[in-house]
Amino acid sequence: MIQETEIIKDTTHLGDEGELVVNMGPQHPATHGVLHLVVTLNGETIKKIEPHLGYIHRSIEKMCESLTYRQFIYVTSRMDYLSSHINNLGCALLIEKGMQIEVPERAKYVRVILSELTRIASHELWLGAMAMDLGAFTPFFYAFREREMITDIMEDTCGARLTMNYIVPGGLMYDIHPDFQKKVKAFITQFKSKVTEYEDLVTNNVIFQSRTKGVGILSAEDAISYGCTGPVARASGVSCDIRKLFPYEVYDKVEFDEVIETAGDSFARYMVRVKEMNQSIRIIEQLIDNIPEGDFVGKTKNVLKLPKGEFYTRVETARGELGVYIVSEGGTTPHRIKFRSPGFSNLSALNHMAAGSKIGDLMATMGTLDLVIPDIDR
Amino acid sequence: MFIKDYISDVYNGVTSLLKGMRKTGWYFVHPKEIITEQYPDNRATLKLADRFKGEVVMPHDENNEHTCTGCTACELACPNGTIKVVTKFETTPEGKKKKAIDALVYRLELCTMCNLCVAACPSDAIKMAPTFEHSVFDRTKLTKILNQPGSKIKEGIE
Repeated sequence: MIQETEIIKDTTHLGDEGELVVNMGPQHPATHGVLHLVVTLNGETIKKIEPHLGYIHRSIEKMCESLTYRQFIYVTSRMDYLSSHINNLGCALLIEKGMQIEVPERAKYVRVILSELTRIASHELWLGAMAMDLGAFTPFFYAFREREMITDIMEDTCGARLTMNYIVPGGLMYDIHPDFQKKVKAFITQFKSKVTEYEDLVTNNVIFQSRTKGVGILSAEDAISYGCTGPVARASGVSCDIRKLFPYEVYDKVEFDEVIETAGDSFARYMVRVKEMNQSIRIIEQLIDNIPEGDFVGKTKNVLKLPKGEFYTRVETARGELGVYIVSEGGTTPHRIKFRSPGFSNLSALNHMAAGSKIGDLMATMGTLDLVIPDIDR
Repeated sequence: MFIKDYISDVYNGVTSLLKGMRKTGWYFVHPKEIITEQYPDNRATLKLADRFKGEVVMPHDENNEHTCTGCTACELACPNGTIKVVTKFETTPEGKKKKAIDALVYRLELCTMCNLCVAACPSDAIKMAPTFEHSVFDRTKLTKILNQPGSKIKEGIE
């Protein structure tokens, strides 16, 4: 028996009569990683959800302080591993902004195409995993079939399937693969012909609709006050697409719509992501034939040194807004680095969304938040 | 009204179920659409992308010569100390002392395949190989010395 002290307190308060505290996770098939939710239940109704974090904390921010500006980019692939390319892009953009490095047009185009492919791959994985959470197993395979084509493209061009590390400050690590354009076009045709299958299997399915419609409602005011970004906020009617509001690279040259739904429930979040995949295809179609010839990497100094000061950039990952903040003392390594990860803010709204609903609805709410735990913990 | 809703609910449920089942059934009778790879049975035909980052290797030519000058650029570029360059001084026939590598120690268990060492190398002495089956029974076997025994630097590389 451990003696109760100031530090070790007995926190297993059972609350009122009839309340039950259930630990969901840290090892649970539906949490997609080591997320620990302490769920207070009254019968089947959720009274409170308390996420406990820190199971996969690797102190990436501290680690980056000891790495040079060329080296720290690869670590950010390990934060949100499903949109690792966009994470790398955010860090590279900050260094380029701080040191006024000119990036060739070719590199900008390829960066955007690969970012959108990453976004589609991430949403495909989410679609499969989310349908599996709700008990449909088949969509997982169909979604992974299209995702496999993207990972093949990534493997050809970047040399890795998940943690690409293809972006260096000033451009790209090496030029695109000769087959890149051909393979991306093949993917677009495949995706367009198969996207109707998702509608048949998931979107129009009565069971799926009744499990997600009206479940986990988040109003626009709450989405803003909790700091939600990405598809979660856009499903509540908040316009927050960084690609539209603060365009980086060539997003100001391409035409695409910011997908906004107003219902704010789980089904709206689902629809936003499915429609976003089609918008990503639209962006890729506009760029893939127009990749300009030229260098793939700009001229940079051998040793990168950010000038003294504070720098901030943001990019739109598949989950929302990723902010990179660096305080530089003028040396070769960052003095302090902070990542504003989208998953952390989105998770904080979970208690508000799920409180009062039934425990079965928690799966739908949590699934549509699209949580990646290493992104939350870092 | 209640009966009407109930019947339409049942009808919609059954049709959406049948729609999904039709898709599954279509794939059931179209085995050519299956894209599953039968690894490890397809080892003989399995070909990974040329650029796939599996491990760092040092290419040697037929005379057992490499192009590594021992400049330690890869060691400095590595984010987590995977590469260690041990240098020695060789005496050339003219009596001059020349720096050369004794061993390029590469620890595969630490490597994150970030490709920064290959990008930093000024003489293209190391490259990434598309191998991926790295499992061994003993951890110490993952620490490799990349330059082959008896190898020396190619003529004309400074």
